[in-house]
Amino acid sequence: MEVYKGTWMVKKGFAEMFKGGVIMDVTNAEQAKIAEEAGAVAVMALERVPADIRKAGGVARMASIKKIKEIMEAVSIPVMAKVRIGHMAEARILEELGVDFIDESEVLTPADDKFHINKHEYKVPFVCGARDLGEALRRIAEGAAMIRTKGEAGTGNIVEAVKHMRRVQDEIRKVVNMPEEELVKEAKELGAPVELLREVKRLGRLPVVNFAAGGVATPADAALMMMLGADGVFVGSGIFKSKDPRKMARAIVMAVTYWDNPKILLKVSEDIGEPMPGLDVNELEIRMQERGW
Amino acid sequence: MLRIGVLGLQGDFREHVEMLSFLGVETLVVKLPEDLDLVDGLIIPGGESTTMGRVMENVGLKEPLVEKIKNGLPVYGTCAGMILLSKRVVDHDQPLLGVLDTEVERNAYGRQVESFEVDIEIQAIGEKPFKAVFIRAPRIVKHGENVEVLAEYGGDPILVREENILASSFHPELTKDTRIHEYFLRMVEK
Repeated sequence: MEVYKGTWMVKKGFAEMFKGGVIMDVTNAEQAKIAEEAGAVAVMALERVPADIRKAGGVARMASIKKIKEIMEAVSIPVMAKVRIGHMAEARILEELGVDFIDESEVLTPADDKFHINKHEYKVPFVCGARDLGEALRRIAEGAAMIRTKGEAGTGNIVEAVKHMRRVQDEIRKVVNMPEEELVKEAKELGAPVELLREVKRLGRLPVVNFAAGGVATPADAALMMMLGADGVFVGSGIFKSKDPRKMARAIVMAVTYWDNPKILLKVSEDIGEPMPGLDVNELEIRMQERGW
Repeated sequence: MLRIGVLGLQGDFREHVEMLSFLGVETLVVKLPEDLDLVDGLIIPGGESTTMGRVMENVGLKEPLVEKIKNGLPVYGTCAGMILLSKRVVDHDQPLLGVLDTEVERNAYGRQVESFEVDIEIQAIGEKPFKAVFIRAPRIVKHGENVEVLAEYGGDPILVREENILASSFHPELTKDTRIHEYFLRMVEK
């Protein structure tokens, strides 16, 4: 009996298990336990949440191994961690450590200003950010087993997340309705392989799971992203920068499952405490979403 | 005509719905207690068992579901679904339905980099090998004598049945092989 590990089926299939769930940024074991208790499907182990990365400035790198280990030991749910765009060595280190998923993320300072990691070479699955269909399909072509629309991390402002999710969904609808003879030209214009465009046309969606990220601060924000067609949401600063993280985390989990049920949305939106403070995206010094090629 | 519910709180419920639709079965995504009255059988998908357990408790779905299963509702759990059906989980405190006489160890085959696929034999569904996909899979470490082992891998049960309850530690819904779903449909028809 031949046993196969790190196959596309196993990587892509793992991402399918996250659907309808919330992946929460955490910076220590205590936060990780709060996230697990609230019903997170996974945690993202970080040195700082994006709002603090934004404040701190300088170069943001992979989190310390000690920090990631502490979080891996604290919870039974999957643990993800971020590497800088193109940083193959950080990725090999995290794979060796045994993190369950790697986020090749624009939230960290890019290590390569032209190329992303060839993610097919790894046993560990990757998630990558995208602002449009072309970017999503380029990342999938490089081996990403999961996509998240980028939004603008650390702002508590949902407008960019909405913009990116709408753009991806619009472009998918366009491809679905396109006659076969127009696909090659469309692939050229999007900068994406035509084989993947054919798959999008056949499926009517991306060939991998697509989460929303970057700006989710309330249960209503999370439900909005589900209404726009997200498979689930990442919440970065929105939980542990709010006044009552336990309540906020639980409410966002419920909102992602019951995004189509206003009665339950109302119930979970009451008594959640103060959300994180928000930022106007027109006044940002750094737009993280522009990182990625 | 049969209508099969797929618990849609979280996880890969879409894949189960697609497989059942391919088999020509009517499906319903179950999210509320009242949905349970509309189905002849229920599939609990893969996903995160702690998440599904918490949401189930928050929305008051756990008790009515336990009641239904005890009264004979045919149910099939894959991976996280198997954990939720089990009576006990090794070293972990989480909400469970506790209707299947098994004790499971979560992530027993290792973290995601150890997730694997392998061809296995399942006599109950025919001679042809079945491609079993194990993703951070649970292992059954103990089971009661009424639990029938339908397939094993590495000496551990991976597909089991106790009366109206079927459970697998792997994910048939991620493949194109419909034989285990057909087996479950036969359980529902009886």
